Amino acid sequence: MKYCLVVDDSSVIRKVARRILEGLDFEIGEAEDGRQAMDSCSSRMPDAILLDWNMPIMDGYEFLTKLRRMTGGDRPKVVFCTTENDVSHIAKAMDSGADEYVMKPFDKEILSSKFGEVGLV
Amino acid sequence: MSTPVVLRVIDFISRTAGIVLTTEKAYFIEARLSPVLREENATSIDELMQRADRGDRRIAQRMVDALTTNETFFFRDKAPFDHFRNIIMPELLARRPAGKPIRIWCAACSSGQEPFSLVMILDEMRAQLGGRNVEIHASDISETILAKAKSGIFNQFEVQRGLPTKMLLQYFTKEGDNWKISPDVVRRVNFFKFNLLDDPRAMGTFDIVFCRNVLIYFDRPTRAKIFDKIADRLAPDGFMLLGGAESTFGVTDRFVSHPKERMLHLPVAKKADTLARSAIA
Repeated sequence: MKYCLVVDDSSVIRKVARRILEGLDFEIGEAEDGRQAMDSCSSRMPDAILLDWNMPIMDGYEFLTKLRRMTGGDRPKVVFCTTENDVSHIAKAMDSGADEYVMKPFDKEILSSKFGEVGLV
Repeated sequence: MSTPVVLRVIDFISRTAGIVLTTEKAYFIEARLSPVLREENATSIDELMQRADRGDRRIAQRMVDALTTNETFFFRDKAPFDHFRNIIMPELLARRPAGKPIRIWCAACSSGQEPFSLVMILDEMRAQLGGRNVEIHASDISETILAKAKSGIFNQFEVQRGLPTKMLLQYFTKEGDNWKISPDVVRRVNFFKFNLLDDPRAMGTFDIVFCRNVLIYFDRPTRAKIFDKIADRLAPDGFMLLGGAESTFGVTDRFVSHPKERMLHLPVAKKADTLARSAIA
């Protein structure tokens, strides 16, 4: 079973994402911000990360930049999942090492499609 | 809505578009036609039917538009597009003389995601194509959905279904809350209105026909007729792609299924099998 870390400061989004991704046969971990996500990745590097952009303490962009410099940090497939839906944000995320990008709101079909794109579904 | 009115609508959509609906779909008919009722200031579906039966073509077209299903997305089912890239195009490029265009027909293109996906693949194959002209013709029975396809405008939900983000960035610009595909991509597709029950002879011969997820709405005799029309328009060594729930088996003897690749179907050639068929068998 693949392990996916869901990083979002909204408990509702984490709950919805967990339900969808568990339905796609992922084991789920959760983090509320980039700092918690870094700690989580240090102890167990996930196969995939569903990553919000705007979060307190450490945002998604900063987390991704640091993750890709970590040992083994190039391995997880990172799918941004954010309300930021302009071209510049999407391009910045992809340039900094994201594998896919989801614009909120999302549903099962979109998450399934995006995780399929990165070869995890 | 009374049963006689439901039956009239069922007869109307069967005659005009070949689509099979049953009385159990009364709720569907009512839900789909309600917006048309409001916009046309009609008091009942019966009144709409009367206007269509009296020869009001605009109302008839609006009813067809409302009762047809336009479920589609970019790179839908993935496998047909892999077949297109990895099997079909390499074979056709090897077999066709250099100056001869390769002609594709998307026979029920809905809002255009299928032909636009093909354009994107052809861009990736540019080096292999070596300047070869590939024509993409895309038809649908619904004028409303064709207008949407030609606009090239998709909402946020639509551009996230099947479309890789790198292609979103490469081909689309943001317009308000929507996304607009490059006009160059739209220009490379010839969109036109066509009813699959009509005679396609004027369209010439095609090398590839995509007819996916539309025949499920027709009854078996109608499917057989449509397969005949496609077989007549398809080169003897051409290819037809159907949806995952569709098959030629038991419906027509004009096609055989590809022995390995689901959704890919080959016309039964009038002459001996070509090299390509022996190669893939």
